[in-house]
Amino acid sequence: MKLLYFAWVRTKTGTGEETVSPPDSVCDVADLIEWLKLRGSGAADAFSDPSLIRVAVNQDYVELDHPVIAGDEIAFFPPVTGG
Amino acid sequence: MIRVQRKDFDVGAELKSLTNGNHQIGGLTSFVGLVRDIAGGQSVSAMTLEHYPGMTEKQLSAIEEEANRRWPLDASLIIHRHGRLEPGDQIVLVACASAHREAAFEACHFLIDWLKTKAPFWKLEGTPDGDNWVDSKSSDDDAAARWAKG
Repeated sequence: MKLLYFAWVRTKTGTGEETVSPPDSVCDVADLIEWLKLRGSGAADAFSDPSLIRVAVNQDYVELDHPVIAGDEIAFFPPVTGG
Repeated sequence: MIRVQRKDFDVGAELKSLTNGNHQIGGLTSFVGLVRDIAGGQSVSAMTLEHYPGMTEKQLSAIEEEANRRWPLDASLIIHRHGRLEPGDQIVLVACASAHREAAFEACHFLIDWLKTKAPFWKLEGTPDGDNWVDSKSSDDDAAARWAKG
């Protein structure tokens, strides 16, 4: 699956985009966040408070219990501030 | 119609083009958002807008479709810029045209309120103390919630 990071989530993880293949135990967004936190200090910092993170799967907003599967495009970012 | 672009826009030309030739339109409203030179008591020298290409267009189109479902609009337009902007620069243009003013005013207000809480843009402000990511405001959530269907 393809992961995208924006704004301060991007600066904390240190990358804007990466492709990952998590284990089968990762079934939803919350699982994915916990798995990512174990992979590095940048991700652990970025996801230290999941309530600050918004998530989109295939460019639609989703909640933490939304399922994730191989091939998904999953984006993590702070609450939006456009306009 | 929606457009996401780096370059500036000419409000007069955009509004003229939006209503051009349609004489059913009796009212045209617009909102233009500008970069301010102060935020939270700190001076702002520049603002950089990041966005999520693809999702931005998808969300803006969905917001525009919702406005067209709710009000009898003859034309609507959202232009949102990204990249580096300076105080006084135009950030966003929202415009709505309808036979009568009520629909045009309400739809325009709805579009900018919803856009602020749904379109994936993020502002990075340049200040004397360094660059800061702008926090979302609960007042923006409240403004958007006003348009929730009860």
